[in-house]
Amino acid sequence: MTAYTPTHVGSVTKYVVVESFEITPADLAARGYEISNGVMIKETCFGLVISGKAEEVELIVTELRKIDPDHIFVKDRGFPPGDSRRCRANLGGARPGYNGLEFEMTVIPYVSHGLEELNKKDATTIPPMENPLERPLLDIHKLKKMIDAQES
Amino acid sequence: MAKVFIYPATSLILSDMVARFGHTPLSSATAIRERIQTAGLESPPLQITPEEPKKGLKWAAVEVPAGVRGRMSLYGPMIEASEAAIIINDADMAFGCMGCARTNELIKFLLHQKEMPRLELNYPKNEEEGVKFVAAIKRFLTELGGAK
Repeated sequence: MTAYTPTHVGSVTKYVVVESFEITPADLAARGYEISNGVMIKETCFGLVISGKAEEVELIVTELRKIDPDHIFVKDRGFPPGDSRRCRANLGGARPGYNGLEFEMTVIPYVSHGLEELNKKDATTIPPMENPLERPLLDIHKLKKMIDAQES
Repeated sequence: MAKVFIYPATSLILSDMVARFGHTPLSSATAIRERIQTAGLESPPLQITPEEPKKGLKWAAVEVPAGVRGRMSLYGPMIEASEAAIIINDADMAFGCMGCARTNELIKFLLHQKEMPRLELNYPKNEEEGVKFVAAIKRFLTELGGAK
């Protein structure tokens, strides 16, 4: 085994994912470059990858969120942008981890709608979601309806 | 500001929600970042060295496959550090590129064993559920207190 010397030590990398009809990754990138101070910003098909010192990245992310707060989502990334162990330019095919992101992108419009609605309503007035751990018995009327549907 | 473990640990939605409402999400990215920024022996792609399955023995028995123990060396310390957890139960995407299904079962088991506030959810399937989903997370995180 060979020795491993890490690069970008002490840096923080974040994904900024945009799901909006009004903002594109290019708009976000332009705004990001305006306020970046030596921070690495990479534009992607789904948003941006921002890498640099924690405080600087946090500052840019806070500013970018203001553009469209209900449609911009942020999460941490372990690897810096373009890392040969993760970048699809070296590996080919989808980047490992993209499948999860792709799946959540199908759910994000509902979450964005929820965030928009919560700007108008109080969270305490909204009924709770069903507990997924509770498995309710099949309602007798629902069963009857299913039997009727099968027979007809 | 509470440390909130999120499951799936790679979830963009949960990671964003926890940070948005003023707490610290504990996700796999932070654990991976710690490893790839630490000097040691070259072990691509995730810098999981043969030492990791040994560390994983704290959470999984020796007869458990090394893959599970190696992954537990990432998630185990985060579960111990967590003060609350948000779990999405129908996260089928957690199986696959994120890792082993047995690790996921063990993570959920450990989160249920630990006495701490826990929120159980499913992914929203329409806009109405989306509102309930966000409201449930917001209520839960507000009740934790100490938001940034």
